[in-house]
Amino acid sequence: MNPEPVKPEASNSGPLLPEPADQLDRAGSPATALTPARVLLGRAGSSYRTSTLLALRADHAAARDALHEHLSLDDPAMAPLVDRFGLFEVCTRAATFADHLARPDLGRRLDPAAIERISAECPHDVDLQVVIGDGLSSAAVRAQVPELLPLLVGAAAARGLSIGRPVFVRHCRVGVLNDVGDTTGAGVVVLLVGERPGLATAESLSAYLAHRPTTGDTDAERNLISNIHAGGVRAPEAVRRILGLVEQFRLHQRSGFEVRESTSSSVATAR
Amino acid sequence: MSHRATLRGETFVFADLRELFGRANEEKSGDQLAGVAARSERERVAAKIVLADVSLREIAECTFLDDDVSALIHAGHDSAQFATIASLTVGEFRELVLDPGFVELWEQGLHRAITPEMGAAVARLMGARDLIAAAARLRVVTRCRDTMGEAGVLGVRIQPNHPTDDPAGVALSIIDGLVMGCGDAVIGINPVNDSVASVVALEHTIGGIIDQIGAPTQSCVLAHFTTQLAAMAAGAPIDLLFQSIAGTEGANRSFGVDLVALAEGREAVLDHHRSRSGFIGEQVMYFETGQGSALSAEAHGGLDQLTCEARAHGVARAFDPFLVNSVVGFIGPEYLADARQIMRAGLEDHFMGKLLGLPMGVDVCYTNHVDADADTTDQLLMLLATAGCNFVMGVPGSDDVMLNYQSTSPHDALAARELFGLRPAPEFDAWLEQVGIHVDGRLATPSEPGPAALRSIDALRSAVVELLP
Repeated sequence: MNPEPVKPEASNSGPLLPEPADQLDRAGSPATALTPARVLLGRAGSSYRTSTLLALRADHAAARDALHEHLSLDDPAMAPLVDRFGLFEVCTRAATFADHLARPDLGRRLDPAAIERISAECPHDVDLQVVIGDGLSSAAVRAQVPELLPLLVGAAAARGLSIGRPVFVRHCRVGVLNDVGDTTGAGVVVLLVGERPGLATAESLSAYLAHRPTTGDTDAERNLISNIHAGGVRAPEAVRRILGLVEQFRLHQRSGFEVRESTSSSVATAR
Repeated sequence: MSHRATLRGETFVFADLRELFGRANEEKSGDQLAGVAARSERERVAAKIVLADVSLREIAECTFLDDDVSALIHAGHDSAQFATIASLTVGEFRELVLDPGFVELWEQGLHRAITPEMGAAVARLMGARDLIAAAARLRVVTRCRDTMGEAGVLGVRIQPNHPTDDPAGVALSIIDGLVMGCGDAVIGINPVNDSVASVVALEHTIGGIIDQIGAPTQSCVLAHFTTQLAAMAAGAPIDLLFQSIAGTEGANRSFGVDLVALAEGREAVLDHHRSRSGFIGEQVMYFETGQGSALSAEAHGGLDQLTCEARAHGVARAFDPFLVNSVVGFIGPEYLADARQIMRAGLEDHFMGKLLGLPMGVDVCYTNHVDADADTTDQLLMLLATAGCNFVMGVPGSDDVMLNYQSTSPHDALAARELFGLRPAPEFDAWLEQVGIHVDGRLATPSEPGPAALRSIDALRSAVVELLP
């Protein structure tokens, strides 16, 4: 959130927003609480006020720094997932962070050791295989996955789905879904991957889903639930939507743009 | 046919036009990733020297890719007009394009003789100033519910994105943009949720505000075009039909885009408009493009990203669009590495679009994992305002809280309009005066932060209050 304070109103042209919106304070006001967007900023001439300019620079600095955070499965947030679900780590063919940024072709492919390890450690032909990828935000994985993964595994099991052993992929791009599909033969693969860090949050996670992903599949065969974070789609809602899509895939035996989420309840519930 | 050039005693050979085009590009990380870039600065210039002597006829006769995009480009090529320029070399064509007399030929229809690959070829021989000066003369005017693109107009899309598509939050961002004089190009949201019900709800939110305040502008929900059409069938008002497009059949397929279905969708929206009022033109399509999208989909077919982008413009042209914009810094450092490459690409995309006759705008933007910052967008915005860009984005505080990138803000657009003496679209400009957002052509809303700006505009009041919880 933008921390800048807002002056009390002195206008005499009558209230636009109903009371108590008039006692606005930037951080909890009825009006600005409606959106994390930087609305009602005021201006200095045609430009930003100084406080706005500095807030933008500070948030950009934090987002830039967040890019270079390194996530370890020893992290206190992640370690319980190792104990409980046997989460383990592999890497794509992008061996370094620099390669990860510059070589999407490498980040879409598991390296040979990863294929061998996944093939050996993950049960094959399950209904649902979960993959966790760092993507462009380790902070997103650390913030969302510890809550999301147990909910997802529990809810999937309650629906009678067989679930594979989850795997963490370092330097991960979305296209890695294809190699995971080919390696495990899973019916549906869901990739929980850190989105590029924004100014408002560096903790936004995406779930990419594919039905029987295989070499050559593209985004046209994938479905996306984005903006999974505290100010966006909350974990229980994300799980509901993920499993809703899994059900659609199993019904239609396909995934992608021709399969749509059947309801818009997130609009009503995610506030 | 191979091409060769000798530069300072060193000979460079290019197997065919496809290879030559890639080598002649300014430096782009995406071309390096695709393995089509020049391998040295000397080779880049050698390729430009060779390209300057290639005739437009040779480019017209080259099959850059055997796909439906090439077929579409070929089908729309005006061969009678082309006969007047076919014998020109790319170097000669550059000089024609920069000649003040060119605009008259172009307005008479010469743009239909220029293929995307020709536009991309001549852009390779132009510096930043050329790209600006040539584009500035080429005005592309389009009409839907207002008139975009006239000389002296800089339009702004209000982009009221929200991490949960919350209608009240979206409405607040829309009003925030309107009181800064923005929204004449379109009020267009990128939805988080691509379900039909969600798109229907957002179309009603935006359309409801537009109806209530009487603003002469267009709404758009930038979901997949099939979802928008399903929403229309479910009763949603559709002003503009949006789709992201690319310059190869394979990349379009990865977007779920079939050109025949897209054409049918356009017809359906035109039909739908006949049952509604307020339309002053029949341009109903909104497209977004961007260098690197075909490579990102692993569907570039060995072509460089400038050529792919030009071909995406060729696709757009076939649908007579109201708005087209390149989203120039959106895709990431693997395609445009830094501020320098983003600025170059922004000027190229705008120029090529205008040369082909497109109502070209630009989403001037960057992501946090690229080596660029707010100065990059400031600079490119100023350059594009000089170049006569049709429209830019208005994202609150430049920070898109759903797509997680930084674009231009209503403040940025206001500054560009003031610096260069540019106005909103004429119908929208009149409306701004009528409701009191403008007084004597200047923004009249209070400059202090908070809802003072909203409070002062009676016409907007009920629209917001109704949407608040």
